[in-house]
Amino acid sequence: MKKIFVPLTILTAGMFVAAPIMIGMADLESTMLLVQKIFYFHFATWMAMTTAIVVCGLASAIYLFKGSKLADWYAVASAEVVVIFGVFGLFSGSLWGRKAWGVWWQWDARVTMATMIVMVFLGYLMVRKYGGPGSEKLAAAMGIFGAATSPFVYKSVDWWRTIHPQTTVMKTLGEKWPGAWLLVLFCSFAFVFLTVLLLAARVRLEQMRSELDHMYLAAED
Amino acid sequence: MAPGFFAAALLVLRKDLAIEAKSREIVYTTLFFAVACVMIFSFAFVKEEGVPVDNAAAGILWIAVAFSGTLALGRTFERERYSETLRALLLAPAGRPAIYMGKLLGMLLMMAATEVVLTPMVAFFFHAPLFARPLLLVALLALGTIGFAAVGTLFAAMLVRTRTRDVLLPILLYPVTIPVIIAGVRGTAALLQSPPEEPVATLWIGLLTAFDVVFITLALWTFEPLMTE
Amino acid sequence: MLALVLNVFFALQQQPTIPEGFVPVTGAPASEQIPAAPLVIASYAFFLLLMVFYLWTIWRRIGKVESEMQALERRQSDKR
Repeated sequence: MKKIFVPLTILTAGMFVAAPIMIGMADLESTMLLVQKIFYFHFATWMAMTTAIVVCGLASAIYLFKGSKLADWYAVASAEVVVIFGVFGLFSGSLWGRKAWGVWWQWDARVTMATMIVMVFLGYLMVRKYGGPGSEKLAAAMGIFGAATSPFVYKSVDWWRTIHPQTTVMKTLGEKWPGAWLLVLFCSFAFVFLTVLLLAARVRLEQMRSELDHMYLAAED
Repeated sequence: MAPGFFAAALLVLRKDLAIEAKSREIVYTTLFFAVACVMIFSFAFVKEEGVPVDNAAAGILWIAVAFSGTLALGRTFERERYSETLRALLLAPAGRPAIYMGKLLGMLLMMAATEVVLTPMVAFFFHAPLFARPLLLVALLALGTIGFAAVGTLFAAMLVRTRTRDVLLPILLYPVTIPVIIAGVRGTAALLQSPPEEPVATLWIGLLTAFDVVFITLALWTFEPLMTE
Repeated sequence: MLALVLNVFFALQQQPTIPEGFVPVTGAPASEQIPAAPLVIASYAFFLLLMVFYLWTIWRRIGKVESEMQALERRQSDKR
């Protein structure tokens, strides 16, 4: 991790500088025009959030069954990342919806489910903060259940037809509009790299806290 | 010789039923709370002319189930905690998952008793033709309750030793069970249409079954490490 | 006859257009009722804000841990 940290930071920073320029230069969409440009970061943030959910679910399971402290650190770090990216996803979606749907909020399938996922991982953070000793295990249960329900979030839009664009939009985008497809891919990678960096930073914090605890214990001797 | 899985689960269930049969404290208080819930909703969701809002019945039924279920979960494990019987239970030579199953069965019976009273009540107060397709309604309620109780029993058990358990249980339980509640409400609402939309209800029943399988599997899998210190 | 035409016209108007996919177009957009530019800018600005905020909280917490470590080390070296 340490070796690729600096190059990855430079790469990610570069991507995030390039992204707004490319988004600005991208073609407009036929019906939604300018406001559709929110899509590039909106979709990418869900990719990042999904990555973080998977990490949290796996890390929670490893922590619960193997007791690995590192896994616990990754679990709490990824839970924070889920909430941050989830909130941005909801916010950007709301702004887009204001223009495209006419309303700031809609209780359609995916919006509801996305809100739910954010709440599950907020609950994760709450139980860690207010659950007292041993709350890491309780939070791990939340992480596992949250990760298990997330596939339903993705599929919910197909079963529950509402005004939210369906999953077929992304699948056919490559053929219909390769420019947008590549740009979305670019932004998604940028976001996933950013996720990796954020996780590394956050885990570093937990690692330092653990070192501090050891120092206190050693000082007492 | 240690009892098998289902035998152990049934023993736990019998113990809980025996205790409850004496005082009937949880049954009566939960039932009354559920009824009070419905009354409050009837004040909130009835329009000025005294006519209830359309399709409110589906949502009200499931909210009352969720709220009273949470209360029952809290009370059941509070009783265990108070009598310090949980530690004894965990020390018993039965597998931990069997204890979870026994607790879950008890909770299911509790919630079923509540729903038997709630459903006709909601149908009556909100002029809702809930019993147009009784089998589908029973399937929806049963599967939805199983999903809710499966997660609830696990969370209530794991929170037993936490100081802030009363407020954390809803915070943790409601987001995770939102899909179950949505499926239940949507399915019930489909049954309330005239004519009742059976394929829609069946779709939601299928989804609830999937949730139940996932949740029960996860709960059985994680119960042991969660209850161990 | 006219009523029929009008009815069909209104029925077509009310059909919701659920976009099946994204279709690109080049050139200047038509005049819009709700200006989209502030929404787009707000979206990207909020992202920047969130990232800065999150990184700042991590930075602050690491700072706290570091200062505690230094304080502990100072106490240790004072004792010796």
